[in-house]
Order: sequence, then C-alpha cells, then structure tokens
Amino acid sequence: MTTAELSAPPSSLAHLHAARPMRSPTRIALGRFLRHRAAMVGMIILIGIILYVVVGSLIFSEAEANYNDTSLRLQPPSALHPFGTDRVGRDILARTIYGGQISLIIGFVSMLIEISLGTAAGAIAGYYGGLIDTVLMRFTEAMLSIPSLVLLLVMAKFFGGKIADIELFGRTFSGSVLVIILILGLTSWMELSRIVRSNVLVLKESDFVLAARAMGASDKRIILAHLLPNSMATIIVAATLGVATAILSEAYVSFLGLGVQAPTASWGNILTEAQEFQIIKDAPWYWLFPSLLILLTVLSINYVGDGLRDALDPRTDKRV
Amino acid sequence: MTGYVLRRLLQAIPLLIIVSVVIFVLLQSAGDPLAIMGGRVPPRPDDRERLRRQLGLDQPMLTQYLYWLIGNDWTLVDRDGDGTADTPGVRRGVLRGDFGQSIVTNQPAIDIVLSRIPNTLILSVSSQMVIIVAGLGLGLLSALRQYSRLDNALTTLTFIGFSMPIFLIAVGFMYIFAVKFREWGLPYFPTSGMFDPREGPTVAQVAWHLILPMMSIAIISVARYSRYIRSTMLETINSDYIRTARAKGLSERGILYHHAFKNAALPIVTLIGLDLPGLLAGAVVTESIFAWPGMGLLFLEHLSRLDYAVLMAILLMITVAVIVFQLLTDLTYTWLDPRIRYA
Repeated sequence: MTTAELSAPPSSLAHLHAARPMRSPTRIALGRFLRHRAAMVGMIILIGIILYVVVGSLIFSEAEANYNDTSLRLQPPSALHPFGTDRVGRDILARTIYGGQISLIIGFVSMLIEISLGTAAGAIAGYYGGLIDTVLMRFTEAMLSIPSLVLLLVMAKFFGGKIADIELFGRTFSGSVLVIILILGLTSWMELSRIVRSNVLVLKESDFVLAARAMGASDKRIILAHLLPNSMATIIVAATLGVATAILSEAYVSFLGLGVQAPTASWGNILTEAQEFQIIKDAPWYWLFPSLLILLTVLSINYVGDGLRDALDPRTDKRV
Repeated sequence: MTGYVLRRLLQAIPLLIIVSVVIFVLLQSAGDPLAIMGGRVPPRPDDRERLRRQLGLDQPMLTQYLYWLIGNDWTLVDRDGDGTADTPGVRRGVLRGDFGQSIVTNQPAIDIVLSRIPNTLILSVSSQMVIIVAGLGLGLLSALRQYSRLDNALTTLTFIGFSMPIFLIAVGFMYIFAVKFREWGLPYFPTSGMFDPREGPTVAQVAWHLILPMMSIAIISVARYSRYIRSTMLETINSDYIRTARAKGLSERGILYHHAFKNAALPIVTLIGLDLPGLLAGAVVTESIFAWPGMGLLFLEHLSRLDYAVLMAILLMITVAVIVFQLLTDLTYTWLDPRIRYA
C-alpha cells in the first residue's frame, strides 16, 4: 500500500461531496416531479388551457361572447365560428373562453376554502382532542354521510339568488358564481380534515413538539409552525385534486340548472341546453367542445396531482 | 360483538339528528314553497296565508322541526287563523313513521319515495354489477402484468375515465348509439324513459332502455375500481407471504386464489360497502339525462318545488343506508380477516 493510495480516500470523499451537494427535501421532490412524465404532460396541457382562456379573452370581448344573433343559431363549426354557434346564435368558442375563466376561478377559489376549512377543522380536532374533537368529527361524519352532489344541490337552492353581483378584474361576476364557490368549498373539506387530523394525532406526540412546548411555544405556534408544515405534502396533493373535483362538481351543478346562471357562461351551463335531444342529434359541436375542455382540464390536473403525490412521498425513491 | 353493534347503532342517533337538522334548516330557508305552488299563476295573498297556516309553515322553525320529528297529534294547532289553537294536530312525526305529505301531490312522502326505489335499484344495481365485474377483471389484469403495455394503456384509460364528466359519456353514447346507429340503419337504443309506453314495462323493454344509462354510469366507476384493485393487488403480490408461497412451489393459480386474492379483498369490500348506499340515492345527472324515473330525478323534481317532506324522506333514507352499510362493512371484515375483532 503506497502513500498515494492512503491519501486517496479524503480526496475522493471531497470529490463526492462536490458532486452531490446536500439537497433539501423540497429540491428532491421538485426533481422527482420534473422527471414525472405524465405530470409534465399534464402541466403543459394545463398551461395551454390557462393561456387559452386568458389570451382568448384579449381577442374576444365578453360582450362578443354574450352577443346573440338568432339568425345564426346552431351553425356548425366554420372559419368564422370555429366551435359553431349555440341555440341563440352565440359564438361557442368565445363562450368556452369566458366560461373557462369562470370554471377555473371557481375550481381554484373553492379549493382555497376547502383547504382552509379542512386544515383548520382537522388540526383543531386532532390537537385539542376531547370534546372539541368529538363534536367536530361527528359533524364531519354527518356531512360525509350525505351524497356530495345531493348536499351541493340543497346548498345551491339555499344560497341561490342571495348574493349580489360583484365587479372584479373589469368583469361583472354574477352572484351565482360566488354562491357556487362558497358551496363547493363548504361541502368538500371533510375528507381533508380527517387526513389532517390523523396526521396531527401522530405528530403531536413526537419529541420535537414536546421540545417546542418545553421552550414555551404557544398552541397556535405549535400548530402553525410545527404540525401543519409536516402535513404539507398531504395538503398540497389534496389541494390539486380538489381543484379537479371542484371543476367537475361545478359543471354538474350548473348542468342541472342550479349553478352559474346565464348570461355568465361556465363550461357546465353551456351544456345545460345541450340536454335537449334535438341538440344532441343535430348540433354535436354544442356539447362536444365544452365537455372536452372539462375533460382535458380535469385530466391534466389529476396527472399533476398524481405526480405531486409520487414526488412528495419520501417512500417513492425509485425515480431518484 | 352484540355490544359493539349496539354501540354503533346508538352512535348513529346523534348523527341522524345532526343530518336532519342541517338539511331541514337549509331547505326551510331556501325559499317559499307556496310561491311556486300554483305554477305560473301565483296564489292569491289570502289563499297563501291560509295554505301557510294549514301546512304549518307559519310556525317558528324549531316548532316545525319538532312537528316533523315527533308529530303534532299531542297538541292543538290553529288551523282557521282565529288566533287560538283549537284543532288537534294530525301528524304523527318521523319517529312514528309519518314523513308528512308532499305539497306537490298531496300523497304521503314515504309512498312517493318507496315507489321510486325499484326503478332506481334496477339502474344502480345493474351498473354496480358491471362495475364490480369489469373493475375486478381490469384491475387484476393490470396488477398481474404491471408496467406492461396493457397496464400502461389501462392506466391512461382509467385516468381519462375518472376525469370524464358523466354527461360527455352519456350524451356521446346517445349520439353514437341512438342518433348515428339510426342513420346507419343499425338497431338503435332508446334515449329516454324506462319503456316504450306502447309496449308497457316488460322485462325486454326495461332491459333495452337500461343499456345506455347503465353503461354511462359504469364507465366512470370502473376506472375508479380497477385503479384501486390494481394497487391493493400489487401491494399483496409483493408481500413476503406470497414470496414464501412461491418458494414452496405452489402453483401460480393457487397462490392467486388462496393467498393473494382473499387478502386483497379487504379494501375492496370497503370500497363496495361505501358505494352500496349510494345505489339508493340514484344517479342524479344520469337519471336526468336519460329521463330515468329514479330517486335522483325525484330529488331534482321535488327540490325545484321545495317539497321538503319528500326531500327529507329521501335524505334520511340515504343517511340510514350509509350508516347501516358502514356497520355491515365493518362486520364483514371480521369474517374476511379473523385477526380483526371488535369489542
């Protein structure tokens, strides 16, 4: 054994260190996510759809989307109206652009409500336990035992017409949009709250929480700074899939006539009129384009959610 | 075990009370059922006043809930509007089996709901059978050939399946199998109702009308089931005792049937158990597209009229079904896996 060989290990160690710098969990997860092929495809489609509804609204004004000319009713797709026209002669392309904005906003904002409610209820129930836990969880179970679409329809009936229109980003949003955001948020938080609660139940017994408490941290600080960040992976995945579910549910409720009200378009309420057999038969473009857009959006969000789940789960290391 | 079942049933009582209060309050505050009672001709103000009194809608909400729950035959109500409660009430309340009268048809709410159960079960049970058989088949196939071309194709299809809005499938099916088949001179499927009124509700007619709505419901859930079955099967196949069984030289078929499948059945039973009460609720969207006269359509019709007696009966029935099936699911566990015991 020569001295050169003896001195080799330190230098090769240093080399290893330079090649593989310490990677934070976030960075590892990001790396995994970027290598998840399906998630990347989903991401690209999703960005495409967002561009479609944003750039599209710069080309067509909302007035054009609501402009009707009954002499042009149920026109098949043409150069002038690439997606055809609806039964009062409105351009379906323009309506899917503005309807898409509404559907995406509804999906995103109601997800925020879902996440806030679900996380708060789960964290409080799990952390404090006792009577608070029993009451909150019994209520959660009660909400879960009603089929979600039925609950949504009852809530839609309850809030319907009770909220006034608002102005935002230079657009007038019908009160029915706010109603649907509210009820989607209020009816979807239960699953998440149960997951967060079970996470918190395990985590609150761990040593780092004990240490934080010994250092005099308040309950609020322990929940916000120690318990919730450790449940973040679950919450992020639930949030992503929540947007997809919300977009589908909005479409169902609007389709059944209790959601977003005309003239404001949403992907769901464009389809309401397409229920008529004559339209199904003679004007397939009427129902095909809006429902394909819903399918594409929900599909791409589900792929992104699936990728995030794989990326954030420390047990899946096959792709690293 | 008996103690466990009793305790679970007792726990169901507060649950049912919460559900009924929440729904009752929501429905009662959703609007005025009398405003839409006369159709296009709104009732005259004095008629409206009298109806409100006779239906008991003039009472405070808590009183109305109590009358709905325990009836009002033990007390006197003011029916003629002279300010004194002098007529004995006639309602017996939900606890004694009286769900009240529908304000739309004036029939007992429970009769209306019960009359729709067969229709809804025909549709939901038949689709559930397609779902279980196809879901198991595709899920097992995927799991046994993990990462094969077939598995990848099925994975893509299942993702499309559960991202698919059901009306795209339903309307697409109508377009292809009713409209296009007719144009091409093929036998085409009917698109609405349960039977041809000229033929009457014969078995052949109902089966013929059933196919499109049944397939629409099945496709979406097959995606969910097969995905779930694939992952539970994979977990089981990759476990140690399966490797042991293989090492002992058991046949692949024996391993699958005796060892893997029985253990993978547990989560699948949960999935089915949680879905069964939904069969009673019907499929609101599908029934509405295909005009299938089931529970979902009944719910929609009476929701638009704010007929709370019928709506409450439907919702309560579903909630009871959810509770009962959850309990049955938990009891099935003990049979499938003797390690699980409830005290």
